[in-house]
Amino acid sequence: MKILVPLKRVPDPDTKIRLKPDGTGVETDGVKFSVNPFDAIALEEALRLEEKLGEMDIVVVSIGGEASIEQLRVGLAMGAQRALLIKTGAALDSLAVAKILAAVYQREQPDFVLMGKQAIDDDANQTGQMLAALLGIGQATFVSRLELVEQRTRARCARETDAGLESITVKLPAIITADLRLNEPRYVSLPGIMKAKKKPLEELELEALGVAAVARTTVLHYEAPPSRQAGVRVPTVEALVDKLKNEAKVI
Amino acid sequence: MANILVIAEHDAGQLKLATLSALGFAAQTAATTHGVYDVLVIGAQMGTTAESLRAYGARQVLVADAAPLQSPLADRHAWVIEAVVKQRDYGIVVAAASTFTKDILPRAAALLDAGMLSDVVGVSRTDDDLVFKRVMYAGNVLATVTLAGDLKFLTIRAAAFAPVVAGTTLSPVEQIPLPAGPMPDLAEYGGREAKVAGRPDATEARVVVSGGRAIKNAEDFERLVGGLADALGGAVGSSRALVDSGITPNSLQIGQTGKIVAPDLYLAVGISGAIQHLAGIKDSKVIVAINKDADAPIFEIADYGLVADVYTAVPELTAQLKQ
Ligand SMILES: Cc1cc2nc3c(=O)[nH]c(=O)nc-3n(C[C@H](O)[C@H](O)[C@H](O)COP(=O)(O)OP(=O)(O)OC[C@H]3O[C@@H](n4cnc5c(N)ncnc54)[C@H](O)[C@@H]3O)c2cc1C
Repeated sequence: MKILVPLKRVPDPDTKIRLKPDGTGVETDGVKFSVNPFDAIALEEALRLEEKLGEMDIVVVSIGGEASIEQLRVGLAMGAQRALLIKTGAALDSLAVAKILAAVYQREQPDFVLMGKQAIDDDANQTGQMLAALLGIGQATFVSRLELVEQRTRARCARETDAGLESITVKLPAIITADLRLNEPRYVSLPGIMKAKKKPLEELELEALGVAAVARTTVLHYEAPPSRQAGVRVPTVEALVDKLKNEAKVI
Repeated sequence: MANILVIAEHDAGQLKLATLSALGFAAQTAATTHGVYDVLVIGAQMGTTAESLRAYGARQVLVADAAPLQSPLADRHAWVIEAVVKQRDYGIVVAAASTFTKDILPRAAALLDAGMLSDVVGVSRTDDDLVFKRVMYAGNVLATVTLAGDLKFLTIRAAAFAPVVAGTTLSPVEQIPLPAGPMPDLAEYGGREAKVAGRPDATEARVVVSGGRAIKNAEDFERLVGGLADALGGAVGSSRALVDSGITPNSLQIGQTGKIVAPDLYLAVGISGAIQHLAGIKDSKVIVAINKDADAPIFEIADYGLVADVYTAVPELTAQLKQ
């Protein structure tokens, strides 16, 4: 089976996000970048399926500049067989990325796509669903348990919803988006890194894919959200109850 | 300017309150763009649900009511939305952000080749277009954005828009027939894990009590966090730490990748205040933190902070509230 796993390069979740003073963007100088945590979970799940079911062709793909090669190498070091970089310097949004991934999908013909439910930079949570729509195939989003059933023609998934766990069985091919609880991704090992160096990493100009992918969203300005001020410390439980009753009047 | 279609959300027919905020957004936006708004409800046996939407100023309450639409499956819901938008003239399709709407709206948007913005918290009008505010980077960044195209899809944060107020004029209800052509059949719904009944949902409650890693096991969570929530008639929530350790179900997680809440009172019990957790609580009116570490970051945003062991402070607080 072949699984396609998109990986996005994003600021590491543990770095502090700083804005450029002129509000034109987020400071990227000296910032540590990582594989979007949800994408790492998606890749980990693909690797676990391979461990369980036997050999798979796991292809990681990233869209962006040369810098994204760093994230693709992490993907290869984790255990993916092959990497593909779609090179572009253009600003993209979810729909544009979905269109590019749809073209990659047509080229690669995977059995399914495993991807993160959202990227922790733009927090959009759209691309997987849009990709499924463009391809006319099914989707299982926010997945925390995944099992291939019926001779691997379907995926039985548990989905994390606001109201609790939902169960859904989706026909393959499909887009499956990973939630946090699906698994805990492995760390890359030194032998993994050594092996990754020999694995194929293909670079393809976006133009060569033949997709017209123009972002419809334009960010005009970035600012810090209004911050909350620290309040007061209360010495005792009685004092807290008094404040809540008589000052904040919320109880 | 163009008209707005609001997608209602319900749970087995019970309208989700956040829908009223999406209608509030629509009313506010329609007023500045001289448009009107409709509301669409999709499901099976939607009679009462549709009825409950009639007092909110919509031009029409549209109802796609059919047995195959009973389960919240994205393929069929997006298919219905696509058909409704193609038949009528809308410039905006909007819903309150939730796992349900985030599953179906992007799919419908792509079917219609429309761009989308998630988690919109503000809207204003310029000469010929709308300008939106949305949060990014786990709530660390507020972005001012435009979305090109004659059709825009949006999810809004319910906390950011005042719910529409019920009026006396009732909107007419119109049944929408199932779209022509074969019905999508890409997935099969297997049901939902029974929800723990009795407490309100954290996104709808006036008071939310959340527990963090300080809580050692599920019994303690129920006794301390559940007990305090019950004393206040509130909902329970938790940090991801407790979800990860299996003490609480994922549906209780609050934060960047969990629920976004904005109650009148949020009590953080033994939660450190990681940026990803704060992303989900920043819009709460009053935040109370109980933590034994005086330097915990949660105190930097809490209105009232109590440095104490939750195992002693919480039972004491619950007891005092019950008096
Ligand atoms: C991509 C990503 C997404 C994430 N999304 C979320 C999210 O949506 N929501 C979320 O919550 N987290 C999320 N996290 C995790 C987040 O970074 C933190 O790890 C998590 O919020 C910590 O939970 P906590 O505060 O309960 O635990 P800790 O950080 O361990 O804090 C426990 C606190 O309890 C206090 N304490 C311990 N014992 C006691 C006691 N007896 N009495 C009083 N105080 C005590 C300690 O002083 C400490 O401050 C995410 C992380 C990543 C990387």
